[in-house]
Amino acid sequence: MANNKPLKKVDLIFSEAFLNRDELKEVLSRSADEVIQELLDSGLRGRGGAGFPTGLKWKFTRDQKDPEKYVVCNADEGEPGTFKDREILDRVGRKVFNGMALCAGTIGAKEGYMYLRGEYRFLLPKLYQILDEFHEDMKALGIDFHIDIKLGSGAYVCGEESALFESMEGDRGEPRNKPPYPTEYGFRGKPTVINNVETFVSALIISRIGAAEYQKLGTVDSRGSKLFSVSGDTPIPGIYELELGMTVEQFVNEFGDGDTKAVQVGGAAGFCVPRKKFNDTIIGFEGVPTGGSMMLFNSSRSMYNVLHNYLDFFKEESCGQCTPCRVGCQQLFLGIEAVKRGEKPASYLDTLLKLSQTMKITAKCGLGQSVGNSFHSIVNNFREEMIY
Amino acid sequence: MSEIETLVKELADKHGRKRESLIPILQGVVEKERYLSDEAMTEIARELDIAAAQVYGTATFYSFLDTVPRGKYVIRVCKTISCSMKNGNEVIKAISDILKIQVGETTPDKKFTLLEANCLGWCHKGPAMLINDTPYTELTPQKVREIIAEYNRK
Ligand SMILES: Cc1cc2nc3c(=O)[nH]c(=O)nc-3n(C[C@H](O)[C@H](O)[C@H](O)COP(=O)(O)O)c2cc1C
Ligand code: SF4
Ligand code: FES
Repeated sequence: MANNKPLKKVDLIFSEAFLNRDELKEVLSRSADEVIQELLDSGLRGRGGAGFPTGLKWKFTRDQKDPEKYVVCNADEGEPGTFKDREILDRVGRKVFNGMALCAGTIGAKEGYMYLRGEYRFLLPKLYQILDEFHEDMKALGIDFHIDIKLGSGAYVCGEESALFESMEGDRGEPRNKPPYPTEYGFRGKPTVINNVETFVSALIISRIGAAEYQKLGTVDSRGSKLFSVSGDTPIPGIYELELGMTVEQFVNEFGDGDTKAVQVGGAAGFCVPRKKFNDTIIGFEGVPTGGSMMLFNSSRSMYNVLHNYLDFFKEESCGQCTPCRVGCQQLFLGIEAVKRGEKPASYLDTLLKLSQTMKITAKCGLGQSVGNSFHSIVNNFREEMIY
Repeated sequence: MSEIETLVKELADKHGRKRESLIPILQGVVEKERYLSDEAMTEIARELDIAAAQVYGTATFYSFLDTVPRGKYVIRVCKTISCSMKNGNEVIKAISDILKIQVGETTPDKKFTLLEANCLGWCHKGPAMLINDTPYTELTPQKVREIIAEYNRK
């Protein structure tokens, strides 16, 4: 595999283009069919983690007969190791609102909401100012679309789309059963497009530069570029827009400190890739997917501590609604502690692995279902570190 | 009208009296009072015409909607991995030493509360913390000392 190429850096998301009223007018002059086709052709998949094709999501929602529909921007950004949405909102917030307007025009929505995590409340004055300009422009263009911001209050699970709707409706952020999906039954039970902050910006960019241009970046399964939040043992932590389709090896060559032993791709809910697999693991939907969180660990780090930290996170953030996750997160946490202290034999790790597998199948939402990702990939690759 | 009744009424006038208004009202009370007293929650239930249990149930779900008294300045230090790898523990310990309180406690003068939080979205500039809404990053024990001294002068 030709994987020693340097990474391709891209500058689409933060560029100054597509920010003003004329741009908005141009984008909004296109027919819904055109917009959807362009998105489908571009291959854009959601940037929040799950990676559902954005064009399809918009199409399904447009096809719903209900005249009352919503556009919701997921700015809850709670995944450990992710901070790129904050930077987008801080630097090019207007692009997010323009992207939401594009979506509203396409699906036929008159109201949009941004769900902003409480930890980012300091951004509110700036965002309201941008929204004022945005609303003025919408008025000048004669378009009936209004955006409001709802604030979260410190709960990771509220980033899960149906929990987010529950929270916006004034309830505990407990995920709903799916199906029905938000395209059919979303905010206030109405057809809703919910996308990540970055997805709205990418959709806007695609409708300006065209699917053909966007397609030139990335691979068949992972088109385009996306933002990566890089932290941990790296000399250059920060936010980088990179072409998709690189291997972990290429990534580590660029960002590692020369002693990288593992990379956690996709946050606590993601996968741990050990050094021996850097070479043949692609970062993207064909390999390890990520909403952008990339945490590097060098050989001075105990992977037991890393897993312990993640499980501590999950047991606190589990909404407690379903048993596999509520009890499972606790037991995994207590279980690795017991093995470490020698109170349980090493073979107990296999029992815990089975438990995390059961959680994947039986938990109600993505939180409980994905605890096993990091659990499996860390325990299987660093088993000795769990025991000694 | 008691102070809390007035506050709840003001917030309800601003955010409405629908179920959807509940969280913005709870957030408004916390912003003003730093926590939700039983009295405040009962008053909100009355104002929105819903059961007090629903108000309590919603409030207790969210880590920022405190139902025990907090200080004027609530310090939340990130304890997630990227910050903890950058010696986040030392920062927590330093604050704990300066304020002479443990994590979860409030100073006797009700000025500061020290809490731990999960990832705050500043992992590339860890260790990070929030004091009320304001983020502070790339912390060291020395930097924390200066920041707290500044708040002490306020
Ligand atoms: C526990 C949990 C937390 C999530 N947190 C977020 C989040 O903070 N931001 C986000 O965009 N998506 C988050 N998601 C994914 C959303 O449910 C949803 O898939 C996403 O907002 C869809 O947007 P996209 O297609 O543009 O990615 C989370 C999912 C789960 C299960
Ligand atoms: S999997 Fe966990 S977070 Fe999701 S609904 Fe069940 S208990 Fe709640
Ligand atoms: S890990 Fe501390 S801010 Fe993200």
